[in-house]
Amino acid sequence: MEKVKSLDEFLSLHDRLVVGKDPDIPTLIIPAGTCGQASGANDLIRITKKELLNKKLTEKIRLRITGCHGFCEMEPSVLIEPWGVYYPKVDSKKMVDIVDSVAKGEVLKDLLFIDPITGNPIEKQSDISFFKKQVRTLLSRNEKVDPIRIYHYIENNGYVAMAKMLSSGHPSQVIEEIKASGLRGRGGAGFPTGLKWERLANQTNGNGKFIVCNADEGDPGAYMDRSLLEGNPHSIIEGMIIGAYGTGATKGIIYVRNEYPLAIKHLLIALRQANQLGLLGENILGTGFSLDIKMVRGAGAFVCGEETALIKSIEGRMGEPRQRPPFPVEKGINGQPTLINNVETWANIPIIMGLGAQEFAKVGTEQSTGTKIFSLVGRIKNTGLVEVPMGISIEEIVNKIGGGPIHQTRIKAVQTGGPSGGCIPAEMFHLPVDYESLTRAGSIMGSGGMIVMDEHTCMVDLAKYFTRFLKEESCGKCFICRKGTQRMYEILDDISAGRGTLEHLGLLQELGPVVKDASLCGLGQTSPNPVLSTLRYFREEYLEHIEKKRCPAGVCKGLITYLINENCTGCGLCLKSCSAGAIRGEKKERHVIDPKECIKCGVCQSVCKFNAVETR
Amino acid sequence: MITLHINGLPVSVEQGTTLLEAAQFMGFPIPTLCHKEGLSPYGACRLCLVEIGEGPRARLVSSCTYPAEEGLQVRTASSRVIQARRIILELLLASCPQSKTIQDLASAHGIQQQRFKQEYENCILCGLCVRMCEEQMMAKAIGFRSRGEKRSIGTPFDIQSEDCRRCGACLYICPACELRCTYTEPERAICGGCANLRPPCLEKEGFEDMMCYMDPCVACEIKKD
Repeated sequence: MEKVKSLDEFLSLHDRLVVGKDPDIPTLIIPAGTCGQASGANDLIRITKKELLNKKLTEKIRLRITGCHGFCEMEPSVLIEPWGVYYPKVDSKKMVDIVDSVAKGEVLKDLLFIDPITGNPIEKQSDISFFKKQVRTLLSRNEKVDPIRIYHYIENNGYVAMAKMLSSGHPSQVIEEIKASGLRGRGGAGFPTGLKWERLANQTNGNGKFIVCNADEGDPGAYMDRSLLEGNPHSIIEGMIIGAYGTGATKGIIYVRNEYPLAIKHLLIALRQANQLGLLGENILGTGFSLDIKMVRGAGAFVCGEETALIKSIEGRMGEPRQRPPFPVEKGINGQPTLINNVETWANIPIIMGLGAQEFAKVGTEQSTGTKIFSLVGRIKNTGLVEVPMGISIEEIVNKIGGGPIHQTRIKAVQTGGPSGGCIPAEMFHLPVDYESLTRAGSIMGSGGMIVMDEHTCMVDLAKYFTRFLKEESCGKCFICRKGTQRMYEILDDISAGRGTLEHLGLLQELGPVVKDASLCGLGQTSPNPVLSTLRYFREEYLEHIEKKRCPAGVCKGLITYLINENCTGCGLCLKSCSAGAIRGEKKERHVIDPKECIKCGVCQSVCKFNAVETR
Repeated sequence: MITLHINGLPVSVEQGTTLLEAAQFMGFPIPTLCHKEGLSPYGACRLCLVEIGEGPRARLVSSCTYPAEEGLQVRTASSRVIQARRIILELLLASCPQSKTIQDLASAHGIQQQRFKQEYENCILCGLCVRMCEEQMMAKAIGFRSRGEKRSIGTPFDIQSEDCRRCGACLYICPACELRCTYTEPERAICGGCANLRPPCLEKEGFEDMMCYMDPCVACEIKKD
């Protein structure tokens, strides 16, 4: 790879790459992010490569290995460009047929996606209801780019915005543009990005300023940052170069959690390639501007996503938050001014620069512009990463994109914002998704987790789960967060075990707001949200646990008994799988569970094919 | 000089003064546990909370770590502050009931019962001993380990530190176990806590010859029996 030394050289390289690609050649796109690889994408890639070589099709068909496209539930999948044909859950034995069909220009009807509502096969990815309602500004770029090839990124107009900005010689223009775009931090708090950048730019540059990409994504069930890092690492690097140019920073750090090995691998490759090509490092594109980006691996503490704790972790000390002010923008890593933005925020920068601020601000609402990626999981038909414009209603995300509830149940709430977020009940699904409305409803935008719950989810159990996570992940520095979360968990545990009293509820309601008020950092300040929001909207469920000693969802082990109803055919499957030996019965006769011996593991319920095991 | 308002009274302080220092200068009492003059502020016990700001933007911050800002409105005893302090003290009492310091504070705030499950922990993890060891004794022999409910203070891997000179400064400063050595003033020891509290570090082998600022030491005597 030869170094590109000027803007003209870069633009001619870009033109060469664009001319060189023939959009009419069919391309097999196989997403191989962590989700794809776990479901067998590597097999598909191996078979495809072999097939293309054996049948001498390498000139006629191209293969592109990309990051995740978002529909993780349907992995391993294959997308065929330029037709847009989409095959979900591809069996590796069928891959040969797919390659053959592409060579012939045919579509394999029986492998297509079946609409869960109408039952009809759908040919094109863009027609599937999951994709149809989305505005995929960021995620659609994952399809176009092989993350380990920088030329792919440049071919798709990558680094062009950065190169033009750098050659313009007006750093202040960057900040003006970001401010005009109305972009707000995607890490959860929603602080206006432009203002933050301006504050860094106004700091005197003594020993250098830092910009940091916060990729310490730790929410259970959220993985949008991972898919961006894996699928399009160059977009983050480009965003950081633009940010550094605008604010005058000279050092960049990407803080990734070590649990993301593939993201780390792709990032390191991307950093190396950008350095080799001269897009990073000393004297970028001959403009005299230099930026050095390093990667730091986090050792896996949830609290290190908090910016002051993240700074300590980068400095090599224990990840503990500290009091702000001084804000990191004034005093950050080693006492130098430091700007910290989330992965998604950085990935939005090249898009704003490419589209222009006005165009970007057209999407979304007045207060919250642009799109936001959510990881939509839980008890709905379509799960995966969805990118929607800000201000879309929860209803639309859950029922249109998510496809509604699985089985014949009723969706009762959605949990947003990860462990520190809150629950929003189904009656409030008309709420628009933006920073202000979610906060008013007692939840937060957070980094974008969205967990859908139906009648089989117990809200007490849910609050208990998240509080347990938080009590383990609290750094323990400030007393109220450490003990407050422990005590809340203790009370919830009592309630779910049938030992709860009405005084417990009062105590929770007294303790929660104090933990919120008195904690040092964002983790503690939001930690009572799961408890307080479920108490606010689902109080009757708590009362049912306390007064009637009953768990309406049939989840809390201390309050339920397992029974076998008349659906039982006497197949004996549950009897064989019961590790406690609590099930008795003759073949072809209704079985019985002995409640004294039952350990309530729930295995009988999961193995029964006739819905004969119920909880009461 | 920076001018701010504490409980409505204007006060001028030098740049870098904390809210706690400013309030104490004015004579407003603010309880503290993890704060000691001569040690760096840490903000762990949250007892020194004060309310700053106005209207919907009002919030609680720990006064020992928050620097004075121009025009800041500070309330040291608003109902929000008192409520938070009371809950914190109740939690402290629930975890560490035998510390005289905590009992006194709780009593001063009119707390007569605690409603949580009673625990008997020795340490409230205020970090005074860690900072004492590092900043005043220049030893850095002990530190924090792990996080959340597993957080504790000790030496790395529980191996006796070569940096420890057994000066006993960590014992001296501990608000949870300082009572252990008040035997010369038995009238101060109203709770019997002295017999119960053992500094966690004394249970480990190799610390038998720990120096004590009281000699002979009651806890050591009790331990021998």
